Amino acid sequence: MNLFTVDGISLQFGGLKAVDNVSFSVSKGEIFTIIGPNGAGKTSIFNLISRLYDPTSGKLFFEGRDITEVPPHQVARLGIARTFQNIELFENATMLANLLVGRHCHATTQMWQEMLFLPSVRRAEKDHRRKVEEVIEFLDLQAYRDKLIAGLPYGVRKVIEVARALCSEPKLILLDEPSSGLNVEETDDMSFWIRDIRSELGITVLMVEHDMTLVNRVSDRVLALNYGKVLASGTPSEVQAHPDVIAAYLGA
Amino acid sequence: MRFVFKTDYDQDIRILKHSGYWWSYGVLLAVLVAAPFLLGSYLQSQLVFVFIYAIVGVALMILTGFTGQASLGHAAFLAIGAYTAGFLQSHGVPFIVYFPTAAVLTGVVGALVGFPALRLTGIYLVIATIAFAFIVEEVLARWESVTHGNEGMRVRTLDLVGVPVPRDSASFYFLCLLVLVGTVLLALNLLRSPTGRAFVAIRDSETAGKSMGIDLAAYKVKSFAISAAITGMAGVLFAHKMTFISPEMFTLLLSIEFIMVIIIGGAFGVHGAILGAIFMVMIDPFLTALKDDVPVLAASVASSFGMAQDAATLLQDKLSKIGSAAGLKGAIYGLIIMMFILFEPYGLYGRWLKVKLFFQLFPLYKRATFKRQKTYVKSERNR
Amino acid sequence: MLDFIQQLVSGIALGCVYGLIALGFVLIYKATEVVNFAQGDLMMLGGFFVFTFIGLMGLDYWLGFLFAVCGMAVFGMATERILVRPILGYPQFSIVMATIGLGYFLRSIAGMIWGTDDLRIETPFSAGVLKVGDLVLAHDKLSVIVATVILCVVLYAFFNYTRMGTAMRATSENMLAAYYMGIPVKRVVSLIWAISAAVAACAGVLLAPITFIHSNVGLVLGLKAFPAAVLGGFGSIPGALVGGLIIGVIESLAGFYLPQGWKDIAPYIVLLVMLVVRPHGLFGPSMRKKV
Repeated sequence: MNLFTVDGISLQFGGLKAVDNVSFSVSKGEIFTIIGPNGAGKTSIFNLISRLYDPTSGKLFFEGRDITEVPPHQVARLGIARTFQNIELFENATMLANLLVGRHCHATTQMWQEMLFLPSVRRAEKDHRRKVEEVIEFLDLQAYRDKLIAGLPYGVRKVIEVARALCSEPKLILLDEPSSGLNVEETDDMSFWIRDIRSELGITVLMVEHDMTLVNRVSDRVLALNYGKVLASGTPSEVQAHPDVIAAYLGA
Repeated sequence: MRFVFKTDYDQDIRILKHSGYWWSYGVLLAVLVAAPFLLGSYLQSQLVFVFIYAIVGVALMILTGFTGQASLGHAAFLAIGAYTAGFLQSHGVPFIVYFPTAAVLTGVVGALVGFPALRLTGIYLVIATIAFAFIVEEVLARWESVTHGNEGMRVRTLDLVGVPVPRDSASFYFLCLLVLVGTVLLALNLLRSPTGRAFVAIRDSETAGKSMGIDLAAYKVKSFAISAAITGMAGVLFAHKMTFISPEMFTLLLSIEFIMVIIIGGAFGVHGAILGAIFMVMIDPFLTALKDDVPVLAASVASSFGMAQDAATLLQDKLSKIGSAAGLKGAIYGLIIMMFILFEPYGLYGRWLKVKLFFQLFPLYKRATFKRQKTYVKSERNR
Repeated sequence: MLDFIQQLVSGIALGCVYGLIALGFVLIYKATEVVNFAQGDLMMLGGFFVFTFIGLMGLDYWLGFLFAVCGMAVFGMATERILVRPILGYPQFSIVMATIGLGYFLRSIAGMIWGTDDLRIETPFSAGVLKVGDLVLAHDKLSVIVATVILCVVLYAFFNYTRMGTAMRATSENMLAAYYMGIPVKRVVSLIWAISAAVAACAGVLLAPITFIHSNVGLVLGLKAFPAAVLGGFGSIPGALVGGLIIGVIESLAGFYLPQGWKDIAPYIVLLVMLVVRPHGLFGPSMRKKV
């Protein structure tokens, strides 16, 4: 069953076609990876999905619903969470606050209730906190609860970003280069977590990744892009063997 | 050093985290309640101004400190609150009605200002708020049927459900204290709930906030509206304290004073607003005292070190002449702003935290703990 | 019709004044992304410098002009060294506040040194008018127009066609990268403050016969030059001139055709409308954060 479908989507910046008529679909419970050389339009596709960019043409469907026109802040509420290539955490807040922002799409209380901090708000806060603690447990982040993000090392921040996305209890998580800037050990951890996200939490993963070892280890299917166009798609080994993909990477 | 063992999520939600807080804030409250009976009328009146500035400081803290939207137009919000009070009072509306009305009206205006702010960042927003403040100032000067123009407007004594509350009375002091405490609680409550976290998220990364489900437009407008509404309440109190309001009281310079409150206090916590307000209001009497005492003191020190009597008198004259020069206050204000930004970027509250940490870690405190990392200009144009 | 043209021309002259001050904002912004709220006060200081040289010391006008411009350039460098360099790269708003503090400081110090009376100096442009048909244009205003246009052209060429100009643009894009590429960033930033203060001094000297020299003149004109700079798009040199002209003409026409009071707020209304419609001005680049 298709959870998420991209149907002939294009994105044009002036004369440059960043994404050119790309179509693919992600099944429920799958780990789907988009690969491609730099500037192939991978992150642009993510930005289209999280509605930061408006597509020039084409449509996006999530759980059979057309989400091409949904405003960006509602995407999270639908059940799509994401991370960023160059970490976009809230630097001057604690990790706990960051993760609680991840719960924002589940906020039920009104502002006037919060001003008075009515019992309902307190109850909701405790529920959010319980959910956040589950994620902290899942990703082993216990040591950093009250630490400011600004003082944490890169590898930890990368994990916290995944944690923040998980806090919104998504059905589909978009990971933008989860291993970039991580050392070999951290990349290993990341690959285990990605698989756990799928198997333990039942969340479908769509990711952009350069590290082919990681891609081979976790992905069910791979889509290769170059210059905004689809080169090939299929299992990791199929795609890697595809002549166009080899040409794109080796410049033949 | 105190170690707090957490066994309950409530411990993180609570405002007063542990018994130490109860003690210190309890004592503070007791002192503030006792103050009007112990202090002279001058100091009591200064404290009232501290409260009013602190209320505006908290408002600005919500907008600038937490949401990251700078404003140099808060004097205009104060003016709208003050004039609403003056106008409605003169038409026989009671305080319990016009006080909230002023807050709501100012909040609505604040929300309207928030809308253009949606597309503006940084310096453009600062300039837009300045422009807004100028327009309000001009409207106040021209809309004579309501505001009496440049002649200004008298504000009668506050009448709280039949009981008069004159500007110098202890009851007025308590009213201002009550509003301040209420405002602080409101701000702290917001901060520990989703709205406050959304504000902080907008400050730190709009993009991430958006994809976490925060409606940027709605929350920026909310932040402006809350901040303006609180400032409007302060405006009502201000009008009653001054008993006379005119457009030239609400200029850009007042807006700058309000920003100074949070910069001097430290723009990252509600404490900062209060400390900044104390500093800003008390600097004036402090300087006046200095102006009178320093020349005499300097002269007597100089003569005790063997300076000839007439030379010492000359020194005293020179110093008091400098002290009473017309523009001195402006120069000192300017110096204070520059000094704080250069040497104490986290403000008084930051200094307080450093001192506290020094004693907690004694003798292991390292100076470099709070050293700022060198950062480099990177264009905001592609941000 | 003649009224209209006369208003238009005096609006253009006024606009050039704003443009000249706005130019100072733009230069510093262009090279360091710092907005110098004390720009108007630097101009005021330039006026006082020239008053000291010409009015008090009795130097020749042009010599005094030169000295004032050089003196202000040095002053600009000193300001950069003491106030700006330590906080460059920190949040923009704290630098803005520091320059606001500087403005306060300069205003009151100038008031204490030179007094608070309106001062005047005699200049070659003080008297005399140019007549074109029925149109009358005073020489002092003409001198501002000419100087503004010349400075705009020269600085535009400097930024776009010299090595130093390129280095300045690089510095503003990414200071650290500029360091790595061997650009003497500190010297570049010093230089831009010197140039900007010198431009402010030019404005101060040229305005001396028109507005008098007074410690508050910088605040008043500086706050009008802001809308001009924003209108043109903060980082654009021609934008400063065009923005200044628009503000000047609007102010002048509003003063003539609209009821009293509109004159002072018309520029700000235009500014707000502009910010809502085109947040980054006429010539400013659009900003978009990459993720």
